Amino acid sequence: MLGQGTEASLLADVVFWVIAVSSVIAALGVVLLRDLFRAALFLIVSFLGVAGMFVLLRAEFLAVVQVLVYVGAISVLIIFAILMTRDVEEGSPTNRFRLPMAIFASLFAAVAIFVAITTDWNTIDGAIASGAITAATGQRIGEVFSNTIPWIGRMLLRDFVLAFEVASVVLLAALIGALALIRER
Amino acid sequence: MSLENFLIVAAIIFAIGLYGAITKHNAITVLMSIELMFNAVNISAVAMSRYIVPAGIAQNPQATADEVMQFLLTGQVFSVFIITVAAAEVALGLAIVLTIFRQRDSIFVSDASELKQ
Repeated sequence: MLGQGTEASLLADVVFWVIAVSSVIAALGVVLLRDLFRAALFLIVSFLGVAGMFVLLRAEFLAVVQVLVYVGAISVLIIFAILMTRDVEEGSPTNRFRLPMAIFASLFAAVAIFVAITTDWNTIDGAIASGAITAATGQRIGEVFSNTIPWIGRMLLRDFVLAFEVASVVLLAALIGALALIRER
Repeated sequence: MSLENFLIVAAIIFAIGLYGAITKHNAITVLMSIELMFNAVNISAVAMSRYIVPAGIAQNPQATADEVMQFLLTGQVFSVFIITVAAAEVALGLAIVLTIFRQRDSIFVSDASELKQ
């Protein structure tokens, strides 16, 4: 119900691996480069890769939000902060935890990958194939994922309306707090 | 392209962000690494919402009602909130970094350690 034949899924696979490898390499560049400005540029590449993954996951609204908020706003904010603090030439050295933390992070990634592979996920495609979900429900699920934006709007303004309002207060508080912190006295 | 692929990429990016957030001296790099971790969490939340059968549908396999179907997208709504909080966090974090830089001419986190003493 969700696939469009083998050719489309092969193309999607190729696109996925290109995006995944480039965003992982960009993430490595963020933490390994000494030049802060280049690290920020790599961070933008990583954000764009995540936006591409959202498109592959049928989350077009989130992909647009990702590009607007992360690529548009947050990275510009970070680049301005780098330009205003002139420690750029000193770069971003690491502290004494470098080797133990590298080992710990690799272990963490290994354990998380092991769990992701060995867990028996109750996937939608598998449930349709085994008959745990009826064909009508499967078709309905496909309809939901073909046009997600009305559903997200409905959830935001009905089930999550309290969180939605609190998020606006959080943004206002962050705005006022940032202005109060940065003001010249 | 399956759920496992997305979870593996998310785990790798999260581990890279974790490494950067703990080991870096520069406060701006720490903030960037935290953003990487937020992104990894978003990937796994959206991938789960795309691939996994929600409990409401698993208990009621014939359901087609809107009230049940909308729980397919809970992960995406969570991601919206994560992005919102990340934007607020990075704005405040950079304001704090700039304030510290003005006061003591350094953006190294090791130079702002009064709370430790």
